[in-house]
Amino acid sequence: MDKTMYSIAVEKLTKIYGKDETAVTAIADATLQVKPGELVAILGPSGSGKTTLLTCIGLINEPTHGKVVIDGTTVADEGWKGGIDLKRMRREKLGFIFQAHNLIPFLTARENVMIALEINHLTKREADVRATELLTSLHLGHRLNNYPSALSGGEAQRVAIARALANKPKVILADEPTAALDTENGKNVMMLLKKLAVENHSAILVVTHDHRMVEGFDRIFQVNDGRIIDEMTNAPAGGSHELG
Amino acid sequence: MNLAIRDIRYHRGRFILTSLGLGLLLGVVMSMGGIYRGLIADALAILHANKADIWVVQQNTNGPFAESSRIPEDIKYRIRSVPGVAEASPLSFQTIQIERHGKPYRFFLIGYELSGFGGPPEIVTGRGIRQKHYEMVVAKAMGMQIGEKIHLGLHDYTVVGVTGKIVSSSGDPAAYVSLVDAQDIQFKKDNDAIRNDRERIGANLASIQSLSPVQSNYLQQNIAGITESTHTVNTVVARLAPGANLHEVQERISRWNHFRPISDAEQSAILAKGMIEKARMQLGLFRMILLVISAVIISLIIYTSTLDKIKVIATLKLIGSQNRVIIGMILQQSLLMGVIAYAIGYGLILLTYERFPRRIVLEAFDLQMLFVIVMLICMISSFVGIRKALKVEPSEALGG
Repeated sequence: MDKTMYSIAVEKLTKIYGKDETAVTAIADATLQVKPGELVAILGPSGSGKTTLLTCIGLINEPTHGKVVIDGTTVADEGWKGGIDLKRMRREKLGFIFQAHNLIPFLTARENVMIALEINHLTKREADVRATELLTSLHLGHRLNNYPSALSGGEAQRVAIARALANKPKVILADEPTAALDTENGKNVMMLLKKLAVENHSAILVVTHDHRMVEGFDRIFQVNDGRIIDEMTNAPAGGSHELG
Repeated sequence: MNLAIRDIRYHRGRFILTSLGLGLLLGVVMSMGGIYRGLIADALAILHANKADIWVVQQNTNGPFAESSRIPEDIKYRIRSVPGVAEASPLSFQTIQIERHGKPYRFFLIGYELSGFGGPPEIVTGRGIRQKHYEMVVAKAMGMQIGEKIHLGLHDYTVVGVTGKIVSSSGDPAAYVSLVDAQDIQFKKDNDAIRNDRERIGANLASIQSLSPVQSNYLQQNIAGITESTHTVNTVVARLAPGANLHEVQERISRWNHFRPISDAEQSAILAKGMIEKARMQLGLFRMILLVISAVIISLIIYTSTLDKIKVIATLKLIGSQNRVIIGMILQQSLLMGVIAYAIGYGLILLTYERFPRRIVLEAFDLQMLFVIVMLICMISSFVGIRKALKVEPSEALGG
């Protein structure tokens, strides 16, 4: 396969925790690719290994075996590749969205977005302008100076999305982004991600256990007991039935 | 963006309360330092006020402040005649505790020759002593008003003036009377004792068969004159003429029997190093203990504050934050806490130090050193939090 055409390319990825008798295989021989502008879900029950897969792709967990290529750069091949600055890769190429939004409680909505930009060496003024633009585009223009505690769950998650998008990453990784939201807000967030994937030409990989939330995804990987057991393309509404 | 400031701004109540507590602790540390400096200032106050070059005291003693020293008053004439001595003046010192307004009233009485030196260094209110008897100048700390009377020995003394902050080495406020009055207060026997002494001397002389009544009477008068004499002082202080050699003058007086000339520097050492050494060590130990307590408190605060921010730190790491951003946040918070606590402590001590029962002397050097120590403590204490923060895995940001 030509890995340069994919934003994410994972080949035979295995992650084993512990050694010898205590060894636990969290994910085994996972292979998947995500193209720019594609919205892909990894669906599976709790403990199936989907978050481990996400952390390996997110350069947080070192894969035991296999290969990970992000935006054409091989970052892992039987362990981390030498000479790769993982922090820098995460900063410049990846955006993260979390289950509980993980906004910094002592920063306002705007500052939460600005921090991601300033970490990536933008000036305060540039960061301010970009953060304001992003939040306004996500209909949070009236919440710029609010602390996360003053935001609703849906608003907080949109701020988290704005932060993930701040550095225009090639890849956005979302870990259960709708878990803390009600169904309506959850669907809104998923629709927003779909829209952003197309607009920004970013590959978006969403980990979720909720079948109802994967409506409209380009592809869905079903994970169970650490293995990808199924892949569905252009999943229709109520995808859980087809995947069951 | 300064994360430390943002965090403090958001948790300002908690931060202010913590800094306030720490500030009170640092205030106590400052006051301990001030008390120590105050002890030295108190101990040297009389020395500095006198501006004497030499203190002539009883041989084999460390002078009037350290132990009992009694020398005849008329030695002043001999000292004045030593080449290099410009002036010499006898002084008498005694600590007096009386009952006043139903409470113990303690002060340090200094007797000085009105024509000499060693009297009150300044008069804040009223005037200096003009009459040879029954007038008194008191330190402000004695709380007496002009015209007030106080009964000492056999007589009443009237306050005619108030001087500034003059205290003894033990912190008792000073009062000045003429040397003659001080000698009377210290040495003059009451009338019954005088009568008893005279009777005893008379009886002893009468028993000597070889003395005629005239001789016996003559001897009785002379002996009584000696035993009733109060012309004893605790020290004679001398000032040297310009260009005079201190060691030569000391050497000359040392050759006399029964006297010891102590230089001003030696007297200062006796007072500062000898008499208040234990107090200094004790205060130093207290300061160290309090600083260690401060360090432990700062460490705990920073550590628990870091624990509170584990998810924030993990998120920052996950989004690619450099370690220096995280270290900076913890270190700056710790230093800011130290700066604010120091300012609170300083403000507190500045507002209250004059109300302390003992003198507090705040020296710029001590305060600057304490500031440096507090900053060092904050830096070292923050390492506990920084170590914890650096161990946080970015993956801890994931999950609910």
